Amino acid sequence: MKTIRFRPMWGVAPAALLLAVAAQAQSIVRIDGSSTVFPITEAVAEEFQSETRGAFKVVVGVSGTGGGFKKFYRGDIDICDASRPILASEMQECQKAGIEYIELPIAFDALTVMVNPANKFVDKLTIAELKKIWEPEAQGKITHWSQVREGWPHEPLKLYGAGADSGTFDYFTEAIVGKAKASRGDYTASEDDNTLVQGIAGDKSGLGYFGYAYYAANRGKLKAVPIVNPKGEAVPPSLETVMNGQYAPLSRPIFLYVNRKSLERPEVQKFVEFYLAHGADLAREVKYIPLPADAYKKGQERLAARQVGTAFGGHPETGLHVDELFNRPLATAPR
Amino acid sequence: MGFDGSQSLWRRVIDTGFLLLGAVLIALSLGVLVTLVAELIMDSAGRLNWQFVSAFPSRFAERAGAKSAIVGTCLVMLVTACTALPLGIASGVYLEEYAPRNWLTALIEINIANLAGVPSIIWGLMALGLLVYQLHLGHSVLTAGLTLGLLVLPIVIVSTRESIRAIPNGIREAAYALGATRWQTVWHHVLPYSMSGILTGAIIAMSRAIGETAPLVTIGAMAYIGFLPPSPVHQQPPYVNFEWLWSNFTVLPIQMYQWVSRPNPDFHANAAAAGVVLLIITLTMNGLAIGLRYRSRRRLSW
Repeated sequence: MKTIRFRPMWGVAPAALLLAVAAQAQSIVRIDGSSTVFPITEAVAEEFQSETRGAFKVVVGVSGTGGGFKKFYRGDIDICDASRPILASEMQECQKAGIEYIELPIAFDALTVMVNPANKFVDKLTIAELKKIWEPEAQGKITHWSQVREGWPHEPLKLYGAGADSGTFDYFTEAIVGKAKASRGDYTASEDDNTLVQGIAGDKSGLGYFGYAYYAANRGKLKAVPIVNPKGEAVPPSLETVMNGQYAPLSRPIFLYVNRKSLERPEVQKFVEFYLAHGADLAREVKYIPLPADAYKKGQERLAARQVGTAFGGHPETGLHVDELFNRPLATAPR
Repeated sequence: MGFDGSQSLWRRVIDTGFLLLGAVLIALSLGVLVTLVAELIMDSAGRLNWQFVSAFPSRFAERAGAKSAIVGTCLVMLVTACTALPLGIASGVYLEEYAPRNWLTALIEINIANLAGVPSIIWGLMALGLLVYQLHLGHSVLTAGLTLGLLVLPIVIVSTRESIRAIPNGIREAAYALGATRWQTVWHHVLPYSMSGILTGAIIAMSRAIGETAPLVTIGAMAYIGFLPPSPVHQQPPYVNFEWLWSNFTVLPIQMYQWVSRPNPDFHANAAAAGVVLLIITLTMNGLAIGLRYRSRRRLSW
């Protein structure tokens, strides 16, 4: 008779290992969060690892800003990539878990309003006009360009925008309609901005919005619409206009939230220092807009002094100037 | 029933018609498949080379590679295969050969059939709650492999049961008549004879698991990993090492999704190349199983 060599033995092996949990290697910097911030963090991680010759390891996930914060207050990760400031509910969870965080703005993202290059009559758009197009009441009513501004042709208006789960959607609706997540629903929505790029590039009557990096990578196929800022100037999005604050209110800072306790580990401390030192160049390389140079210096000071808390108090705000991010008092409890 | 000429002609028309319909349908579906694969390969042109397979992700499309994703996919599949196949086959054998016919068995059977239809994201949420938060397995290769293992377990069980049921009862009776125990009957007769059907189920199960993204994102797959998990073999005793089970991971479908959604269109070629690599891995895995199935069929002699 044959000896028994039954495969289920294999099934027992991993189960037995549950008991022999090896202490997890701690020399890894764990980062998760926004897909908007991801390209910059990936670039920094890549450079950091090659600079330190693999002595320190970095892993980066993309579960979205909200998903990232969830892991952050559970203590699963060291750094959270965020495309918006921390919310009141997330601040409370951090407080409950005893997690202190340092808020570091690291670059700008500019929401860009796009039309097809064949569209010759749109020269600029005001916030009021954008609101007329995108507010919930416009659903099914504002369907032609002629309804947006007198004198524009009676051509159909087809809309493309961010899906309801993205930070881009939250920010755009907050800045334009005045209330986060308040938007009409009858438009082509996608979480994948490339779908929107293709939609507008192939639709003469299209209008849509998405992150600046996607416009920068597809300049030939799209036309960016200058937006009238609160001072009354029509400003197209560009590296300069975003950096000097003229492109408002559709430009926003994006952040890193660093767990203060994790900074006791040298690899995390070194990584964040590296991020602030090289973030500007690397952001530019992946088509994002860096902050003014002194903002990184102020970030380094904040890191060195271990100043914890947020400058926002848990409430979304739009059209903020970079200096305000550093001049405000920091809070760890929501206002 | 009498046949006259016209009736027989009519029957032949129906026969040929059905043959034609079948041929057209097969051609259509094969055509779609070939077009898709051809487009994928064309899109990946220029990126499908050794550098792509041996490099880590990068911010430069032409320098980026899928090494960590390829290794991640292979490791996760290994864990899935080592858990789902033995467990699934054993459950199938138990339900067919050992379980008493009562309401409890019926309940289990209904539930297994239902589990096969549960959306994969639900498995991901279950795994997040149970494996990650309760059992503290972390966002690891082990968690991913077990999650996918659970996901495909019903497929393995159902296909095992179907192929065991196809074995004529005479075989069992003959074994018992010669004094074999139930276990000897199963081990020496039922399992070998049904192996080809079981392996077909295994192919379907593993092919489903390798393409899953949603449950792995839920349990915390990474998108950028610039290093490999600890090697499973060592030069010092005990030579093997299971630390890789606890390593963070990423897999090819997640890497593809991440590249497709990048602003820079150059990355889209990388996504296509990763798709081709995923196809190659799937085909290799299935080729292995088909080879095994062929061998087990050849040894069959009744």
